[in-house]
This record gives sequence, structure tokens and C-alpha cells, in this order.
Amino acid sequence: MSILVDKDTTFIIQGITGREAVTMARECLDYGAKLLGGVTPGRKGREVHGLPVEDNVLAFTSRTRVDAAVVSVPPGFAADAVLEAIDAGIKLIVCVTERIPRKQVAQFVEYAAEKGTRIIGPNCLGVISPGKTRVGGIGGAAESTRRAFKPGKIGVMSRSGGMTVEIANSLSEAGLGVSTAVSIGGDAIIGSTYAELMPLFDADPETEGIAIYSEPGGRAEYELADYMARSGSKKPIIAFMAGRFMDEMPGMRFGHAGTIVEGRADTTASKIANLTAAGITVAEKIGDIPRLLNERLGK
Amino acid sequence: MRFYEFESKQILKKAGIPLPKSHFCKTADQAAAAAFEIAGPVVIKSQVLSGGRMKAGGVKFADSPGEAAEHARAILALPINGLMPVGVLVEEKRAIAQEYFAAVTWDGRAKKAVIIFSDMGGIDIEEIAEKHPEHLSRTHFSASRPFSDYIAKNAVAGVGVTGNDLNALTRIVAGLARTFLDRDMTLAEINPIGKLEDGSIIALDAHMDMESEAARQHLDLLKELGVGPEEKRQARPPTQFEIDAEKVDSADTRGVAGNLTEFDGNLGLIIGAGGGSLTLFDAVRAAGGRPANYCEIGGNPSVSKAANLTKLICAQPGVEKIAVMMNVVSNTRVDIVARGVVKGCIEAGFDPAEKIAIFRIPGSWEDEGFAILKKYGVPYVDRTVSMDEAARMAVENTKKKA
Repeated sequence: MSILVDKDTTFIIQGITGREAVTMARECLDYGAKLLGGVTPGRKGREVHGLPVEDNVLAFTSRTRVDAAVVSVPPGFAADAVLEAIDAGIKLIVCVTERIPRKQVAQFVEYAAEKGTRIIGPNCLGVISPGKTRVGGIGGAAESTRRAFKPGKIGVMSRSGGMTVEIANSLSEAGLGVSTAVSIGGDAIIGSTYAELMPLFDADPETEGIAIYSEPGGRAEYELADYMARSGSKKPIIAFMAGRFMDEMPGMRFGHAGTIVEGRADTTASKIANLTAAGITVAEKIGDIPRLLNERLGK
Repeated sequence: MRFYEFESKQILKKAGIPLPKSHFCKTADQAAAAAFEIAGPVVIKSQVLSGGRMKAGGVKFADSPGEAAEHARAILALPINGLMPVGVLVEEKRAIAQEYFAAVTWDGRAKKAVIIFSDMGGIDIEEIAEKHPEHLSRTHFSASRPFSDYIAKNAVAGVGVTGNDLNALTRIVAGLARTFLDRDMTLAEINPIGKLEDGSIIALDAHMDMESEAARQHLDLLKELGVGPEEKRQARPPTQFEIDAEKVDSADTRGVAGNLTEFDGNLGLIIGAGGGSLTLFDAVRAAGGRPANYCEIGGNPSVSKAANLTKLICAQPGVEKIAVMMNVVSNTRVDIVARGVVKGCIEAGFDPAEKIAIFRIPGSWEDEGFAILKKYGVPYVDRTVSMDEAARMAVENTKKKA
């Protein structure tokens, strides 16, 4: 098993004729993902790597089952694309686009919740279940992706797309491998937080432990700590907190849009204390994650 | 995009929120004229993008135009947390009977906007939250529906305010919330809101931040306030190095060399991307290293962009060596970055084998990249070496030379 996606997951790419999306489509196909085609308004009838391009999402959903959509359109059009996918009945939307104003994100996230649609992102690289499928640009070329993401037993959640790959690679090198890795996005408001994805990992028999990458800014780590206390979840979590230097530089923004220290609760020091109190092991070094997981798994 | 107090107040005025009489002044003479027109006691406030103005001596009181001019002259020359003021705000001084706090911001956890309201204005809101939680209300609301006044009323009533004050404060908080939504703010705060001795309620100080990504949709407002479309307004002004780095980035659209920030260390960093840079910067410091800069290289930069950035960092006084490190990359081509940094070192007059303390970028085209590094004798490691270990090697290598 895996979470969110499996080998039969069908999906489309909104904005498929864009330069980055064309590359992403190639990489997904090479990986063996069930990509059906994509949408670019006014480009109906064209093809991308032999797959159909349509004017709207309904052109796909009216004739076939579409499990997921990747939104890869410019920020000014992204909210509209997400709403279109929600209304077409797609239940998993991976929003890759960066720089969407948070008012628009709050609006489509609220609508998605009403309609029972799950959103991953924005500002993410997508979801991968190694050996089964990938939805999004995560891992890059299929060959590099296979090298960094070996099938295995650790779930990964990360606010940074690049660090998702880094952590997965270290887990693969250590022989632990990855069950599902989710690049959850680096923005201040995202569709699915650590705490919202944890129940899926908890229910997944293939996932034995979880690795998390986090940053200053926001309150998502507190929500995760609350979940751990509330749910009685037994799966070991190793978290890594980057950007410790930012604690000394309030008001400066580094890294992702959601990364800024505005108050005491945003600092890495405060988050680390909170996670530790909830029984989550916080790694001092990024390279320590595999070893700490092995220790927590009793191996 | 953070606004100055005088700009924030102009925005509040447009929202119909009552304010004291005030004038933005750039000279001591203008301040004297403003005080003369107000014809009563005034407060002179530094217009600077920094907190702690009062403590730093950036807020003074005056009873006459002459005194106002004198204070304005001092404040205009006073940097606060390293920032020079763009002017002073000369404002009528009113006797305050009671202070309140109101802010609207985003709550990433609830994924909604939230009004934070307190009847203990003027002091640090985090302190109120910790010590007097009963004096603070949090009221979430939807960004999808038009804002309704009852939400503001609930926020104010949430700390026990009633009577005429409830109605006056509701109007202010509702106006603040509507402005927050309409203008894509990330923070809209009035602290304090003052109840005067005559019972009227006005906004005494304000702090607004507009989402940079949405600024293009509000060019009308920015134009009215006289804010240039390219103004960044970070918490500290850019250095010459940072301005030059921006030029390197914008000279070529391929790849991103962003967020170049100067520090005073001896190890130049060419690191990426968002999360990788945060991790590597920490790792260098944890290994006892002193970074000369922060940066975020992402996407797939051209050889010339990587080379120009390398040259710029090598030219920084105090930079002894540079480290080129990233997480396992998906889209960046390792060989192109390798070629760029080697070229940059040579063009800056250095031997890449000496200048580059470590190269750690695993990913696509890494074999071709490693071949280039080998040819020039540059120390490099592959994905089996962790980011921390690479950072440690960079720091050790830099010490060796010194």
C-alpha cells in the first residue's frame, strides 16, 4: 500500500503545454505513471508526448476516471485552475505553482474542504510512491528518481521539495527506502499539513516510520504535536528543523514564502521543544535521520 | 511589502477609520509648520520600518512648533536598528483613557484569516497572550465570503467590551478586516486603538504588510501612496553586494540566484535551493564555520550566471574560500554549475582547486560535472556524503588555509 496515490492513479496536468510541465509530463511517463493528458485553454487538439491536450478539465472527467490533477499554471491563473478541477469532481489536486497570494489559497482550500477534495501544495513538487507512481515533478528525470527513491517503509513529509529528495535519497542509501513521500509545500497556507497527512501514514501498513523536514514560520509543527498526543499514534517520527540561524534574524524572509520569524512560536527553538515534548525525535543533523529511524524502529 | 506608519494610516483613512490629525514631514521646517497647524501638543514619530521606536528615542513630544522642529531634526538623523527614517509623522497628541489592540492576519493552522483583539493595547501582544489570555480574543473568518460586521463584533465582545465602545470598536475592526481582505494584506494591525477622554475612539498607530506576490493587483493603491513597484522593504536595507547579486540574477532568465544576503564571515556560499540553503547555512555554522553570505540557487542556472555569481562572491573582502553545495537536485544540471563555478574562479583570478573548499551537488549529469571538477583538481563529494559532512569538510578546508 501507499498513501494518496498508487500504481493505478490516473491524472492530468493543468498547464501541460508550459515548458516545465512538458518536462514534468515526460518524467512522469518515463516513470510509468498513468498520465492521461492535460489542459491548456485554446490548445485543444495538440499533443504533448503523444497525449491529448484539451481546453478544459471536463473534457477528461466527462469521458474517463481522473483521480488527480497537477496544477502547473502561472500564479495569476492557479486559483482558477484549482477551482475548475474541484468542480470537475477530481479528488486529489497537486498544486505546484509558487507565489499564489494567500487569500486565494485560503479561498480554494476552504472550497476543497467543502467538496471533500484533498489539496497538496501549493509551492510543492508533488507525491511519489516509489516503484508505483509519481504525481508531479518530484525527483526530476525518471532515472534520477529511481536512484533517490527506493521502495521501502518510511513515509516522508517536507516543506521543501528539494529536501524531500535529499531525505529520500539518504533513506534509500541506508536501505530503509520510502513508502510515500509528499512534498507538502513551502507556503504559509497549504492544503495538507503534517497533522492532516499523519492519519493516512498511520493507517498504511507499509509505513513503519516517518521523516519530516521543517522550517521556521507558521504553526504546523504544533498541530502535529497535538495530533500525536491526541491520536496515540505509535509510529516513530524523526523531524529535522532547518533555518536555526533565522531565530536571530526576526522579520527576514529566507527559503520559502512561509518562512519568516514573526513571533516566538515561529522560531526553530520553540518548535523543537514542542516536537520533542510530543515524543518526536528531532535530528540535530540532516544526515542523522536514517540512523535515528533505525534506532527508533529498534534495529 | 511593509508600509510605514504614515502609509498605513492613509490606508486606514480610506477604510473610514477615525485617526488623529497628522502630517508626514521630511524636514524640521515642515514639522514646525505641521505643529503650528495642529495648534496644540504634538507627538513626533520616526517613520522607519522597525519596531522599538519609543525605546530608541524615535518618538518625542512637543508643546510648540519650535520644539517640534528640534525633535524632528534629531529624529530625522537617528537610525533605528540600522535603518534611517524616511521622515517623521507630526500628530496631534490626545489624552487616552483606554487602549485596545486589533490585528488581522492569516492563521496557517486554521487556513483562515483571524482577528486578534485585546483590551490591553499598547503592550506586546505575545505577552498578553501568555500572561492575560482572558484579555485576548481570536476570531477566525472565511476569505471566501464578503466580510460581515458581526465577526468584528464577536472579536470585540470576546474580551467583554459592551455599550457604545462595542459599536465604535466593531466599526473600526470591521473596516480593518475588509481592508485586509481587499488589499491582500498579510498583516493589518492597529496598536494601540485609543479611547479618548471625550469617549471617541481612534487609531493611534498602525502596521500593515501587503503580500508581495499580490502587489501587482494593487498598483492603484501603491501609486497613490507613492510606493515604487520595485521597492522590497526587507527588515534591513540591501547592501551593495546584495544589489550587485540582484543584477547577476536578472541579467539572465535561466535559473534563479536569489535571496543573496551578506554576512561577515570568511566562507562564501553557493548553495541551493530554498530548504537546502537553510539546512546548509545551519550546517556550516554548526561545524564552526563563518558564512560570508546566504543564497538560494535554484532551477537550472546558465554557466554564465553561476560564473558571475562566483566572481561576485569571491570578490567580497574577507572571503577566503567558497563552498558549492546543494541537496540532491532534480532539475539543476550538476555539470553546468560545475562549469560555471570553475569559470568564475578562474575569471576572478583564482585557482579553482584552491578557492573551492568543497563541491557537493548530487543529481542529474553528475558524472559529467565530477569529470570537470576532477580535471581542475576541485575537491568534491557525491550523494553518499551528507550535507552536514560536506559542510564540515568545507569549514576544515577553509581553516587549513588560514
